[in-house]
Amino acid sequence: MTIQECYDVIGGNYGDIVSRLRTEERIARFLIKVADDKSFDLLKTSLEERNMEEAFRAAHTLKGICLNLSLTRLYESASKLTEILRGRKDYGDDITPLYEKVKADYELAVENINKLR
Amino acid sequence: MKQDKKTILIVDDSELNRALLADMLADSFDIVEAENGVEAMGILHDRELEISLMLLDIVMPEMDGFEVLAAMNNLGYIKTIPVIIISAEVGGVYIDRAYDLGAIDYISRPFDERTVKHRVTSNFMLTLKHKEMSEMLSSQIYEKEKDNRLMIEILSHIVEFRNGESGLHVLHVHAITEMLLNELMKQTDKYRLSNKDLRLIANASALHDIGKITIPSEILNKPGRFTREEFEVMKTHTTEGAKMLDDIPFRQNELLIKYSYEICRWHHERYDGRGYPDGLKGDAIPISAQVVSMADVYDALTAKRCYKDPFPPEVAVDMILNGECGEFNPVLLDCLKAIAESLKAELELLSIGNVTDNGIDSTVKEILMSDAPEVTNRSLKLLERERMRYKFLSDISSEITFEYIPVPEMIKLPDWISESLGIPSKILNPSANKEWCAIFKKEDFTQFLDKLKNTTPENPVVVDKYLLTIGGEKKWNKIIAKVMWGESEKPEFEGAIGKIMDINDETVALEDMEEKANKDFKTGLFNLQAAKKIINDRLSEKKGKRYALAVFDLDNFKRANDDYGHLFGDEVINEVANRIKKNIRSNDIGARMGGDEFILFMEYNLGVKRQIERIFNKLTGDYKGFYIGVSMGVACAESDSDYDMLFKKADTAMYAVKRNKKCSYRLYDDSLKSLLNSSDGE
Repeated sequence: MTIQECYDVIGGNYGDIVSRLRTEERIARFLIKVADDKSFDLLKTSLEERNMEEAFRAAHTLKGICLNLSLTRLYESASKLTEILRGRKDYGDDITPLYEKVKADYELAVENINKLR
Repeated sequence: MKQDKKTILIVDDSELNRALLADMLADSFDIVEAENGVEAMGILHDRELEISLMLLDIVMPEMDGFEVLAAMNNLGYIKTIPVIIISAEVGGVYIDRAYDLGAIDYISRPFDERTVKHRVTSNFMLTLKHKEMSEMLSSQIYEKEKDNRLMIEILSHIVEFRNGESGLHVLHVHAITEMLLNELMKQTDKYRLSNKDLRLIANASALHDIGKITIPSEILNKPGRFTREEFEVMKTHTTEGAKMLDDIPFRQNELLIKYSYEICRWHHERYDGRGYPDGLKGDAIPISAQVVSMADVYDALTAKRCYKDPFPPEVAVDMILNGECGEFNPVLLDCLKAIAESLKAELELLSIGNVTDNGIDSTVKEILMSDAPEVTNRSLKLLERERMRYKFLSDISSEITFEYIPVPEMIKLPDWISESLGIPSKILNPSANKEWCAIFKKEDFTQFLDKLKNTTPENPVVVDKYLLTIGGEKKWNKIIAKVMWGESEKPEFEGAIGKIMDINDETVALEDMEEKANKDFKTGLFNLQAAKKIINDRLSEKKGKRYALAVFDLDNFKRANDDYGHLFGDEVINEVANRIKKNIRSNDIGARMGGDEFILFMEYNLGVKRQIERIFNKLTGDYKGFYIGVSMGVACAESDSDYDMLFKKADTAMYAVKRNKKCSYRLYDDSLKSLLNSSDGE
């Protein structure tokens, strides 16, 4: 699988990333870092523990990472989740579907990135 | 000089973001990373001088970007370290707030390699340029001034050398001119001279005689009087000197040249128009030349020349005031009078030793050494070496070293110590930190901080003992700490460094010894000396408490020894001690005075009699067939009682018991007063 194919499958913007990071080698290196990054795990456990502040930060970090790597689909779902978590004190049912979407996008991304290793 | 890479501090909680930025910038910069604000502040604290620029995320745990900016403002870092904000937050409020707090630029995510590189490099160059320009400017002004003076001094020395003079004349004229000018500015505002003018005139004064270079040396150095022709030649040194300055190409507008010209040409003019070469009169003579002219005359009079001995300064001033050396501006005469005393002192000082050579020498040295970047690098290296030494020394000793930083409040520990204690090496807000307070009890720590803050710059060291819990064990530790007070006029508390030493074994041993020293060896009760001290202490601070002292000995104790043997006698003493220990309260004091004599000291509330009776009953009674009987006298403390007084009364009461029937107790009362003194002898 090429990097471009990977971006196509997981809903990323290949043209954008190449223009910003310049080399395929660097893109691959940082994509793998995304797969190894613990922000999603932190998001998951924080939500389970109803630690809303930590959950916000984790979503925010994940969003930032995706933005940096032009992982557009995951960025968009993480963005929506971040905004709903901003300043939140309590968990609510409105969070669940947004989280599920992030989870699905994230898992698809990681699964395909792992094929690049 | 090797061009080292500059260092950039990247502060972001996402490791990936840091790595990405580091990757983009690693070619041109050294990178230091921090994953939150606390860590960043720690790095700034240690390496402020190394960090050339900082990339700062806003949303972070522990301490966010705004808090970091605020702290940097507090500590002044913001003036020296440019900060670029990096964040996916695009709200205008965020950016405004960051700018308000002193951030200089903003990079938004996603990072684009060219943008990041460009922003960082251009901001870096901008700040660097700004810094370098201001440094360069000030150093150039300084250098130029130095160079000017140096060149002038060299030039004028050549003249003097040829003239066979000591070399001091130029220096003296310079000093006198400076003092006269300063006095002139005080006395009148007629001559509009700026500080710069004053400096230039003083410097130019050194050139007053450069024209002499054109005078044939047989005339210049002639010991006797000049002939009329010779004098005419001699007079040309003024015009010749002026001509030399006039001939300097392209420099006619320089103020220094203008003043030098005036001085060279007209420093032999006189106020009444009887000087040379042009016979100018009054203020037609430029003020620069008027002043130097007077300085020249004064120094010529007070110096030794081949044709004359020096005049004392007072005489020289009189001669000038009397017009013996030609007429001068009346204002300048007033100035000379005003500075006569200080002038004398100043010139004496200048005449000691080889001032001139030293002057030039040190100027040259300063110029050679003023390569500022080299110096800075050198101090950094020295600092680094010092840090390594310190680390090594603290590594090999088992002491805990620490640093206390007030803003943001934290305790810093060396890595190996934080590892062995199992706590982080940076502890933010320590008095609220569970891990830290588990070691250093919160009340103790707060008290310790108060002590630090109550020190003074003259006396900044605190030494104290605290019970700390280290490795799960409570142990006595000695803490020595030195407070860092700022160097400003109102010194500020800038934190402290210190070390913690385990003194548990010593302390325990010491307490053990103290305890032993206080106790009666045989019975474990207090000995008399210790009891006496404690009793006196309590009596002197009794604050409404009521105390009683009981003195007793054993009845027929001699018989216990005689009938049952000495060993049994010892057993009886121990038995009594045990009964005492069992039946007094923890605050009461039981002591053995020696032999079979004991004392008890206790607080009582209502009836002293009932309390005594209870104890008395517990003490008396059978022991292995021997009946322990006790004769006891009791005295109650009054407002002015001390131990000796109390003891005397209780002792008197005890003897009253013994005289009657033994095995009883009695309280001292006034009816025993007559016995009080007679009992002394018994």
